[in-house]
Amino acid sequence: MKIAFTTTGDSPDSPLDPRFGRATGFLVYDTDKDAFEAFSNNQNLNAVQGAGIQAAQNLASLGVEALVTGHCGPKAFTVLSRAGIKVYNTGLATVSGALNAFRNGELTAAESADSESHWV
Amino acid sequence: MRLVVASGKGGTGKTTVAVNLAKSWGSPVQLLDCDVEAPNTRLFLGGTMLESQVVTISVPEVNEALCNGCGECSRFCEYSAMACVAGKAMVFVSMCHSCGGCSLVCPTGAISEVESRIGTIVTSSFGKTTLLEGILDVGSTMAPQLIRRLKSLVKSGVPAILDSPPGTSCPVVTTMKGADFVILVTEPTPFGLHDLTLAVATTRELGLPFGVVVNRLGIGDDRVHSYCATEHIQVLLEIPDDRRIAEAYSRGELMVDVLPEYAGLFAGLRRELEKR
Repeated sequence: MKIAFTTTGDSPDSPLDPRFGRATGFLVYDTDKDAFEAFSNNQNLNAVQGAGIQAAQNLASLGVEALVTGHCGPKAFTVLSRAGIKVYNTGLATVSGALNAFRNGELTAAESADSESHWV
Repeated sequence: MRLVVASGKGGTGKTTVAVNLAKSWGSPVQLLDCDVEAPNTRLFLGGTMLESQVVTISVPEVNEALCNGCGECSRFCEYSAMACVAGKAMVFVSMCHSCGGCSLVCPTGAISEVESRIGTIVTSSFGKTTLLEGILDVGSTMAPQLIRRLKSLVKSGVPAILDSPPGTSCPVVTTMKGADFVILVTEPTPFGLHDLTLAVATTRELGLPFGVVVNRLGIGDDRVHSYCATEHIQVLLEIPDDRRIAEAYSRGELMVDVLPEYAGLFAGLRRELEKR
């Protein structure tokens, strides 16, 4: 199973980025391999609109099944849901901290977006 | 003749200049309120409403039975209005700029176009002036599409005065395109000058002839005039910072109707514009 974390860095000790669509990048943890892989989100960081939609689509194409992030807007949430990716919102500080919480079952899958749309 | 009244800075007097110019035109004129996110030209005129029409744009609709999930549509869409996950394309109508590209690149013909409402256009008449007012629906961001539709209703052979939104972004550029002349309204303040320079750059980029109207002359300083002199920009009209204009405005009256000397000034502006 692949779990994506939004982050401003590229290692498990890096801060969890509270933004989803305009996160600096993603760390994808593969539970089978017990390994992280980093992906840049630069393209969406500079997008005029639709950053969340694109980021969600990218995670779907990576085969991610769970997303751990700070906040997620309605359009991104719609795409993630359609792709079968569960969203876990957390205020935890680091990727490794968020992964531990996820493993311990301390995070609950969101039923809806937790932030407002920027573009109606 | 198509005249655009623009400004850069908001609140400099675009609508004031547009309405007073239309009112003092003498012969039939078309006035377009292109500030579709906050139209207010009609407040100054009253008049009789002739027609109200709904404006729609074409947006994609996916036939899931035909969609093979190839993702061509979402890769093509510059605005992220299409996404393709779990083997099917999905549409975000509010992001769509109505280019039609997705339906062209779809290899299976799964995308057709349906109409989606973005606003209305209201036509009113008062005296010799016909007002065409664009009103963008609350929540829609597609101002340029509505402005283009508004401009398509202009009748040739009758002069048109287009009251532009403030700023220098897409709705302003859309309003300015195709103009014979642009009137940039500013106030003689540092803020007015700053945004005037942006509006001048935009107008020059579009290759349009333009001149400046200085409103509320007497406030601020002389830097707008120095700038215009240095840049060889003609100052077409100066409207003094006259309390009587504000008083008339607060009663919903136009300066050309109640203050004869300003009727003369605007008549002069019209003659100046007609030379072009």
